[in-house]
Amino acid sequence: MTAAAEPLLQIRDLKTYFPAGRTGPFGLTGEMRYVKAVDGLSFDIYRGETLGLVGESGCGKSTTGRTILQLIKATSGEVMYDGTNLVTLSKREMRRMRRDLQIIFQDPYASLSSRMRVSRIIGDPLTIHHVASGDKKRQRTGELLKIVGLSPSYARRYPHEFSGGQRQRIGIARALAVNPDFVVCDEPISALDVSIRAQIINLLEDLQREFGLTYLFIAHDLSVVRHICTRVAVMYLGKFMELAPSDDLYSHPMHPYTQALMSAVPVPDPDVEDSRRRIILSGDVPTPINPPSGCVFHTRCPLATEHCRAEVPAWRQLRPNHWVACHYAETPAAHAMESVALAAEGAGG
Amino acid sequence: MTLSARDQSTLLDVQDLRTVFSSPRGQVTAVNGVSFVIRPGETVGLVGESGSGKSVTALSLMRLIPSPPGRIEAGKVLFRGRDLLTLSDRDLRRIRGKDISMIFQDPLTSLNPMLRIERQMTEALALHMKLGKRAARDRAIEMLELVGIPSAAKRLSDYPHQFSGGMRQRVVIAIALSCDPSLVLADEPTTALDVTIQAQILDVMRSLTAEFNTSVLLITHDLGVVAGMCERILVMYAGSIVEEAPRREIFYAPRHPYTMGLLKSVPRLDRPRADRLQQIEGSPPDLTRVPSGCPFHPRCPHATDLCRNVVPPLRPVGSNHLSACHYDLSIEGAA
Ligand SMILES: Nc1ncnc2c1ncn2[C@@H]1O[C@H](COP(=O)(O)OP(=O)(O)OP(=O)(O)O)[C@@H](O)[C@H]1O
Ligand SMILES: Nc1ncnc2c1ncn2[C@@H]1O[C@H](COP(=O)(O)OP(=O)(O)OP(=O)(O)O)[C@@H](O)[C@H]1O
Ligand SMILES: [Mg+2]
Ligand SMILES: [Mg+2]
Repeated sequence: MTAAAEPLLQIRDLKTYFPAGRTGPFGLTGEMRYVKAVDGLSFDIYRGETLGLVGESGCGKSTTGRTILQLIKATSGEVMYDGTNLVTLSKREMRRMRRDLQIIFQDPYASLSSRMRVSRIIGDPLTIHHVASGDKKRQRTGELLKIVGLSPSYARRYPHEFSGGQRQRIGIARALAVNPDFVVCDEPISALDVSIRAQIINLLEDLQREFGLTYLFIAHDLSVVRHICTRVAVMYLGKFMELAPSDDLYSHPMHPYTQALMSAVPVPDPDVEDSRRRIILSGDVPTPINPPSGCVFHTRCPLATEHCRAEVPAWRQLRPNHWVACHYAETPAAHAMESVALAAEGAGG
Repeated sequence: MTLSARDQSTLLDVQDLRTVFSSPRGQVTAVNGVSFVIRPGETVGLVGESGSGKSVTALSLMRLIPSPPGRIEAGKVLFRGRDLLTLSDRDLRRIRGKDISMIFQDPLTSLNPMLRIERQMTEALALHMKLGKRAARDRAIEMLELVGIPSAAKRLSDYPHQFSGGMRQRVVIAIALSCDPSLVLADEPTTALDVTIQAQILDVMRSLTAEFNTSVLLITHDLGVVAGMCERILVMYAGSIVEEAPRREIFYAPRHPYTMGLLKSVPRLDRPRADRLQQIEGSPPDLTRVPSGCPFHPRCPHATDLCRNVVPPLRPVGSNHLSACHYDLSIEGAA
């Protein structure tokens, strides 16, 4: 389905490097070093889809989302939106585009200004983008509150008067205020209570259907990502390891890192937990300042060979729309999801 | 109160524990009459969402509640038959860190940033195990090796900040287990960590506590973690335990509508994708204003007038299974 779909955003060889001091003593002399937070990503985001971005802390998920929105300046590469390369736009030109491209943040506490009433939090974007003012603005604010499941009377309150879930709804209303095409959802439910996560997931899905939104959905939780995403990209040290339609990624994970990630997700089912085989990765994620040679995952990969240390694996399509960066992706590895997948088949059949 | 307390040997017997905080907005009843037991060698899970009183429960057991604003208002915490709540400070200090140790979510709260790991490990060993310098050092190295820290002997002279988050939590576990405690209170030990690191840490905890026959109270909001780690599970909501059962019962035959709702609301990797998640309406109560009757009633799809007015007792609903609900919802809930 995605093959025929229309790309809304085309990202080409996108790189975002952060300066990290020099190599010499005290970081004052010698060669400049960089955190390669995003290191050469190329992918499309299709209109109407939810593209998931998963990977461990620090792998570059937020930087990817923010660089696409030009909230962080790209080091190089292209972000094509509507025939325009956003990377080369001036600040002023970008401001006009911003209306179409919005973001929802992880922390509903930190992302809302505590001294502003809800009416201003949601209303300001309407003013900035000349969408509405005066009574129309007030009316639109009330509408937006209703859309996200809150009472329009809440407009007069301050963020601290709300629970975490309600605050996240306000953040969503603010992002939607200007009718965007594309929304980066950066861990929108991670900070929320377990019992209200489903509410926000359902809300995001309903809004997508209603307003034809396209999402880049960043998350740690692989179960949530599988539920909400059309396609999923697995990221490690600034690079994509694998990108595939959601169901295919979960039923046929081909990269050893994806397999390990999935095998590590705890499943709320004692029998599955007892019978599944876990791939326990050794060691920690290396620093993005000095990433490993060859395949960046080789230091933790149970299958790594000399070849992996020496050569960066090519980005290959091995199943329909299923892309992998691994020299040995065809080798049937110790199948991480074996027992989990079997349980799924049992439950499904 | 608990069914199983009498018939088997009990290590920890918590009876009707009640802990309150005074706040500008009124009194917060963080722990509202909590009772449970832990047997030797058993791993018990305490699950519940943010603010439900899990950490305050664990801190109360160890009398670590900051006072003011907090106060343990009532209850007994019998550890091997002695009430920790009435013990002298001196006797309590002997138990803390020796017989009962704690692992917190953020390893940095358990480690002193100014001291080398060696000092932090050997001090406890000297104090509680009466080990000499050499023996304490050997034991420290042995423990670091057990939790999977490479070149353990060399790393003893490092400071906490020289370890990654996952490695730091391993050090904390090594310290927690070094004096051979009979009970470990682990408060969200892996919540701050990535899943692959969480898997490593849980693996270490699982094998070491089995090897040493250590009892564990594992606090988490992750139902998946308790499913794989715990023999028995306590579900906490708004300061009360609303359900207690062996883990298979909790997951396959939950009896409390809150437990049922939680289990149904999480997407699962091992099941076909659902079109829409079943959500629990509303949000957890503000503990300064806990609802009348059953604390879950404003969110419960089955609530009646009885629920709005009368607090349901935690009552037996099966063998070793307790639920604080006026109604018998098992059939409906399992559907
Ligand atoms: N403004 C910045 N200056 C310097 N380094 C940065 C900056 N922002 C991010 N980084 C670094 O870039 C890398 C990627 O960070 P990023 O926040 O994108 O990761 P992430 O995948 O979103 O992680 P998390 O899951 O913890 O949110 C990290 O090593 C981080 O320390
Ligand atoms: N020092 C304190 N002063 C005032 N209130 C407190 C204090 N510590 C905890 N509380 C209150 O007690 C209640 C229970 O808190 P507790 O930390 O036990 O929750 P928890 O279940 O551990 O949540 P989390 O999952 O977020 O860790 C909360 O309402 C909290 O605000
Ligand atoms: Mg991030
Ligand atoms: Mg806590």
